[in-house]
Amino acid sequence: MREVRLMKGNEAIAEAAIRCGVDGYFGYPITPQSEVMETLMDLKPWETTGMEVLQAESEVASINMLYGGAGCGKKVMTSSSSPGISLMQEGLSYLAGAELPCVVVNVVRGGPGLGTIQPSQSDYFQSVRGGGHGDYNTIVLAPSSVQEMSDFVELAFDLAFKYRNPAIILSDGMIGQMMEKVEMKPFKKRWTNEEIEKYCPWATTGKKKDRERNIITSVELDSQVFESFNHKLVAKYRKMEEEEVRFESFQCEDADYIIVAYGSSARICQKSIDILRSKGIKAGLLRPITLFPFPKAELNSIADRVKGMLSVEMSTGQMVEDVRLAVEGKVKVEHFGRVGGMVHSPEEVVEALEQKIIGG
Amino acid sequence: MSIDINEIKKAENLVYKKSSVLTDKVMHYCPGCSHGAVNRIMAEVIEELDLQEETIGVTPVGCSVLLYNYIDIDWQEAAHGRAPALATAIKRLRPDKYVVTYQGDGDLAAIGTAETIHACNRGENIIMIFINNGIYGMTGGQMAPTTLEGMKSSTSPFGRDVARDGNPLNMTQIVASLPGTSYVTRQSVHTAAAARKMKRSLKKAFENQKNNKGTSFIEVVSTCSSGWKMTPAQSNKWMVENMFPSYPLGDLKDE
Repeated sequence: MREVRLMKGNEAIAEAAIRCGVDGYFGYPITPQSEVMETLMDLKPWETTGMEVLQAESEVASINMLYGGAGCGKKVMTSSSSPGISLMQEGLSYLAGAELPCVVVNVVRGGPGLGTIQPSQSDYFQSVRGGGHGDYNTIVLAPSSVQEMSDFVELAFDLAFKYRNPAIILSDGMIGQMMEKVEMKPFKKRWTNEEIEKYCPWATTGKKKDRERNIITSVELDSQVFESFNHKLVAKYRKMEEEEVRFESFQCEDADYIIVAYGSSARICQKSIDILRSKGIKAGLLRPITLFPFPKAELNSIADRVKGMLSVEMSTGQMVEDVRLAVEGKVKVEHFGRVGGMVHSPEEVVEALEQKIIGG
Repeated sequence: MSIDINEIKKAENLVYKKSSVLTDKVMHYCPGCSHGAVNRIMAEVIEELDLQEETIGVTPVGCSVLLYNYIDIDWQEAAHGRAPALATAIKRLRPDKYVVTYQGDGDLAAIGTAETIHACNRGENIIMIFINNGIYGMTGGQMAPTTLEGMKSSTSPFGRDVARDGNPLNMTQIVASLPGTSYVTRQSVHTAAAARKMKRSLKKAFENQKNNKGTSFIEVVSTCSSGWKMTPAQSNKWMVENMFPSYPLGDLKDE
């Protein structure tokens, strides 16, 4: 029987984590995502699935707790919002360098600095370009509904373990705080320690007589060896680009104009498409679901048959650069978006398309 | 009369042998450095307690970053100062394993101060080994949080001036005051007798973890001949005369 509940995006993250068999959550309070840990503490999963939930002393500690747990082959996650995610960048670089799977949820708020607690999409570059030091990428999933907040937790873990790489769920304060119907997934058992030894032979599970000791590390002092390791990492990211691109297209087939938007901005833009269509303008929406890997090939192919594209994001223009790189100059690409915690209306998007692309 | 080597190599004549948990890898530590002795003691304790398959270690950033090359157990290498955060998660997710962190003074008492204090305050059921030689060894001898007043380093070339550089930090005293720690001790490895006491302390710490007693914290007042620019013998003498008065050996807490 279907189990449908009305819940906040942040609550959906917590529920999904317990249901998909997460072993540990480590976090630190920050608006607008504190409901994730509050929900977990209320649900007391340590009494049911055995999931560990710990309020850490900082985001720095949280992300390093993820490193420790992931190093043991456990499914571990944290959630935070922009300033807290900035503090986690060192740890994310170490996790990527040590090839450890984990899930980090960023319920983005406006920056820079302490900024605002209102929604924003201004952490795009930080998420899709690595974010910390060194050449690396994280898998980035962008939910645009509470249902996807729920569904993407398990998907993020599947991808993180498939590639032994951190995965980020890039949400924002709007998706985190709003309430929608969610179809709940059934409970899955957590991996046993024996299953972990089978699925994660690299994990620190206690040295066995029949194997060499396992070492989780990102240090390599021999530059030749480390160059090869960097190439190995890049090959992994290229494989993600070949196999893991996910997007949704809405009325793109006959479109003259394309709006590219993700997350909460994509929801608004769906309404803009309706308005544009009612005015006789053939517009379509391309919603990237994975921001890394980015749907480059799809956008490049669409660029062959449209007159222009508008990248609509709640930032001063970050994803627009990836759209431009993807279309290789075939069509005009412009940016529109409100910033600083302000959210654009469907009408503002229509006006921007008309002025910057159709009339521009 | 010639002596047959096999006459000597008898079980009853054995006074010392290399621990089977110690690998054959040549240690990179400088002559006179305390790390080698502490690493050896760790290997011996893990072997004697038969915990090779049960122990997960966490190495720091610093001279002992490559510690995992020497002791044949599973290891995780942490970011600078974050070993207690890793260990917290490892122990909570694998309570069936023994978890040991190993950190230097810069790692544990400067950049990792928050992680150290909070892991100890939560009473994480882990062992924390703290190598205090009053200097950043790996980066070339800079001033550490534990550098003594007047002590020279590459970033306090005229000696630590507390008015300008602040005071030496006595981290072990701080963690002893926290309710989460059950055993806090300060040891050294500069003499055979001291090394034996250190070994007893480490065994006790493993015993504490077995009995879920919370955090066991062992500071090892140590030498850094290269950083101090002394011979190994001079370093030991200097440590006894200068470090021990500020960081006196013995148990600070044993509950």
